[in-house]
Amino acid sequence: MNEQIKFIQGNEACVEGALYAGLEFFAGYPITPSTEIAELLSQLLPQKGGKFIQMEDEIASMCAIIGASLTGHKVMTATSGPGFSLKQEAIGYACMAEIPCVIVNVQRGGPSTGNPTHVSQGDVNQARWGTHGDHAIIALTASNHQDVFAITVDAFNLAETYRTPVVLLFDEVVGHMREKLVVPEKGEIAIVDRLRTSVGKGVDYHPYLPREDGRLPMSDFGGDHRYNVTGLFHDMWGFPSNDPKVVKDLLHHLVDKIETNVNIISRYKEHYLEDAEYIMISYGSSARSAIHMARHRREKGEKIGVLELQSLWPFPEAVVREKCAGAKAVIVVEMNMGQVMRQVKACVDRPETVFLANRIDGKLITPTNIKGILRVIQGRGV
Amino acid sequence: MAIKDYLRERFFPHMWCPGCGHGTVLNTLLRAVEDLGLNKNDIVMTSGIGCSARISGYVDFHSLHTIHGRALAFATGVKLSRPELTLLVPMGDGDALAIGGNHFIHAARRNIDITAIVMNNRIYGMTGGQYSPLSGPGKKATTAPYKTIDNQFDVVELSKAAGASFVARTTTYHVQEAIEIFKKAITHKGFSVVEILTQCPTHYGRKNKEGDAVNMLEIYRDTTAKVGSKALTENPALLGRGIFVDKDTPEYCEEYEKIIQLAMREVA
Repeated sequence: MNEQIKFIQGNEACVEGALYAGLEFFAGYPITPSTEIAELLSQLLPQKGGKFIQMEDEIASMCAIIGASLTGHKVMTATSGPGFSLKQEAIGYACMAEIPCVIVNVQRGGPSTGNPTHVSQGDVNQARWGTHGDHAIIALTASNHQDVFAITVDAFNLAETYRTPVVLLFDEVVGHMREKLVVPEKGEIAIVDRLRTSVGKGVDYHPYLPREDGRLPMSDFGGDHRYNVTGLFHDMWGFPSNDPKVVKDLLHHLVDKIETNVNIISRYKEHYLEDAEYIMISYGSSARSAIHMARHRREKGEKIGVLELQSLWPFPEAVVREKCAGAKAVIVVEMNMGQVMRQVKACVDRPETVFLANRIDGKLITPTNIKGILRVIQGRGV
Repeated sequence: MAIKDYLRERFFPHMWCPGCGHGTVLNTLLRAVEDLGLNKNDIVMTSGIGCSARISGYVDFHSLHTIHGRALAFATGVKLSRPELTLLVPMGDGDALAIGGNHFIHAARRNIDITAIVMNNRIYGMTGGQYSPLSGPGKKATTAPYKTIDNQFDVVELSKAAGASFVARTTTYHVQEAIEIFKKAITHKGFSVVEILTQCPTHYGRKNKEGDAVNMLEIYRDTTAKVGSKALTENPALLGRGIFVDKDTPEYCEEYEKIIQLAMREVA
């Protein structure tokens, strides 16, 4: 049996996934509850000839991985709330310059320093709109270590496919909880490698001229093609431009390359969803409580299920609308004040049937917490 | 190669004001690269935001025009991921030492093999003439209509204290000296800092009654002196020019390579 079975933290599962996906460069700064990712990579990356650097701050970490991505490497940084706030300008740069990179945010309570060692899911909207200006972004999440591993691989694949930063929105419970991980064999999960230009030496290479399929082949810094990368609006050469058409076209390109592929990017899991009259929508560690409750209630014959979201941005509107079409009530289970609930209300046919079951005190929402709210929704008293 | 072979003529005319010293910085830097016979494919220029930062668009190297103050952090990622590349990082005074001050001292502390060029015109030019951490007290700026009260950094002393293994200062008046200093800085293994005083007649000169570009260059001539010169010894009010530090200390990427060897041995 070649199976590699580990009993590890979620943060370690993320590291395993990143290395499986081909991570070669990590820059980070210590912050709870994500620090184990940096610690483990400082040990494992040099063993594979990769590079780890602890930068002077969160901003520098984000900038360093963008620089390393441009030399042709798969890159990642990891942080939590306050660090995620600091990284936002550079994340916007990666959006604008179309640099593949992965940012892990192991969420803790906010705002500000907040509740560093306790769980929260309060950064959902920040992942979407943390950096200034119109843009698109991909944000993924997972509720158990096998999925943390797989979704981390996915994050690298999507970053390369769409030349975009991808945010992995984990949370403190998933990050620090220990459970089993079976590391897949090499080749079991497909890996997307960097798409490099086929344009030869001495021939003009246009770094920002999309191919017919919309993808932009890259050329490594240090290679044969010398070009300009900037956070300013730019033309196909990468040179700054404020020509109204260039500005408009580039902004459309940056948003459309992700938003029009929402159905391809959408990731979700269905738990007891067939014939469900009550649907819980959840993600991350709160989904574990929702799934637990659904299993328990199914045993008693109740028609209740869970739609577990694994991609939060672009928001999987079509999936949510379709799955919730026949539900008597939709209960969004999350650990914030309704950030995903508002998205759900905006896309379902009957928003008045959408309710929030949340907990915002730094403690994991329990099946009992959800049960109490469900009783009220079902008109069975408190 | 001719000097124009290092330029992207497609992107000219440049955006600097008439009389600006930044063109001289570009000229002297490219002549240094030419003299050293470096391959354009081996050079990455990383810059931040401001008048100075636009220099990266005009050179025919791999160029990374980033965000305000962070050029050295981006450059660190480029360099560590591909140590064989030559990293040139021109920055303005505000870019390098106000918003980017933390990255500056830490890049120096690591002694990573990057050439940092502080294009010091003592003002924020692109935003219209606000005072910078290198303006010094008693100066006029659009955000100091009465006068500045902030002290300035001494780039040379700051770089030395932070651990840079090559530290030099020159001006846009002393072009031959600047070329030689750039050559030594680029060749030096480790973190090199070159402070080059570069005139901004549009904002700093006008606000502080230093006259036009020629007058400002003459001020550089008259108020500076070479390190070790009799003039400097006799008149401490003059600003020293030349090479202040040039020493061999362990370079970051080379040290990291040793970590890789150590880690691989441990696994084997």
